Amino acid sequence: MDLYHKDVVSIMDFSKDEIEGILDLAEEMVPYAKGEKTKRTLDGKILGNLFFEPSTRTKLSFESAAYRLGCNVLDVSEMSMTSMAKGETLADTIKIVDSYCDAIVLRHPFEGAAKLASKFSENPVINAGDGAGSHPTQTLLDLFTMRRAKGSLDGLNITLVGDLKYGRTVHSLARALTKFDMNITLVSPPELKMPEDIVDQLSKSGCLHRTDTFLDSAIKDADVLYVTRIQRERFPDPSEYQRVAGTYRVDNALLENGKSDMIVMHPLPRVTEIAPEVDQTRHAKYFEQAANGVPVRMALLNAIMGGSL
Amino acid sequence: MNYDGGPTKEFRVAPIMNGTVIDHIACGQALNVLKILGVNENNIYSSISVGMHVSSKSLEGWKDIIKIEDMELDAITAQKIALVAPDATISIIRNLNVSEKYKVNLGEKIVGLAKCNNPNCITNKGEPVSSEFTVVSKYPMQLKCCYCNKTLMNIPDNLL
Repeated sequence: MDLYHKDVVSIMDFSKDEIEGILDLAEEMVPYAKGEKTKRTLDGKILGNLFFEPSTRTKLSFESAAYRLGCNVLDVSEMSMTSMAKGETLADTIKIVDSYCDAIVLRHPFEGAAKLASKFSENPVINAGDGAGSHPTQTLLDLFTMRRAKGSLDGLNITLVGDLKYGRTVHSLARALTKFDMNITLVSPPELKMPEDIVDQLSKSGCLHRTDTFLDSAIKDADVLYVTRIQRERFPDPSEYQRVAGTYRVDNALLENGKSDMIVMHPLPRVTEIAPEVDQTRHAKYFEQAANGVPVRMALLNAIMGGSL
Repeated sequence: MNYDGGPTKEFRVAPIMNGTVIDHIACGQALNVLKILGVNENNIYSSISVGMHVSSKSLEGWKDIIKIEDMELDAITAQKIALVAPDATISIIRNLNVSEKYKVNLGEKIVGLAKCNNPNCITNKGEPVSSEFTVVSKYPMQLKCCYCNKTLMNIPDNLL
């Protein structure tokens, strides 16, 4: 697997073997991510961490991943702190930042921003979320979490529930799942259905098991229940948000309907869609999932920026 | 024998001395082709004849046809026409003879000819890039934005 200098715009930029390779490397990174071992494979390198949209987990885990590998980080957290506030284009900002660092991580509110950045940057660009578009590194850590919990990705039954229309994490994840032999069930309110092109992709790959608007029956055979927040900030019309907010709630009573070893995942932050009581159950994997962001991003940075483990 | 098949043929649309004939336009698309030619913008200074719902052998049914006098189409306009009429043929007429004839060609990528209809796409945000699409389907015409990956279907409304 040679990912040196590779742009990561979409999860589809990777083959199945490359994904498995990154997950294998992430497994090796776990003790380093926890600080049990140390290795400065990216000593002297600089990562440009550009976050033009709010983020806690993605931003901090990229920073943590970089620091664990000995890589320095240039941190930009707000558009208002950059020349973009003066009207500079993203293209110009990227060209400048590119000259200051060895790789760029970009989160941006507009779809296609990472693709654009990759055209204007000599150094590799990693998409950390572009509007309602893609979030490939979240997908890698989602797959890593599933594989760790279940031993393998092939043959799993997975139910994706919540905002499937605007949720970029589920868009990236669904696309990635087509590379594995999985059975996917989609559960959402009618207003928040998965975009047609992704549903077509799932159907063509033979992964789509069924679509539903009710969660109770849809979790019966699930090995993985992947819950997403209905995101207020993605709704052009607030009244549309009010209509669907709180549609699904996963609690212990609901989990009684599922398999005893079903895992519950969530990209976080959650609001009301998973009851706090679930945190204490064996099903809850979402905090471990968030923690897995560090070894997975360490693996990716290491591969892309030319570190050797 | 001239480009319309010879002197004995009866023409629904009169032959032209010099100019361009756009033939085999999918039935109903002539008005969109006229839009591409810029007819509504008052920047054409020659006569245009339009035949709509004309019998066609090669399209197995009906077609539209347009003849423009004293104007030869450039390659970019021909590619744009391919977006609404992928089977159209272009004949360049000089002195009543066909001096060039070719089928419009979409090419691998559609660059700078249509606008992505996703308002949140980075190509609609004043960045120094042209829109870029790949062809998902020709019948019906569907393009995929190379930046935001959204599918563009209503092509005539989004032509640049």
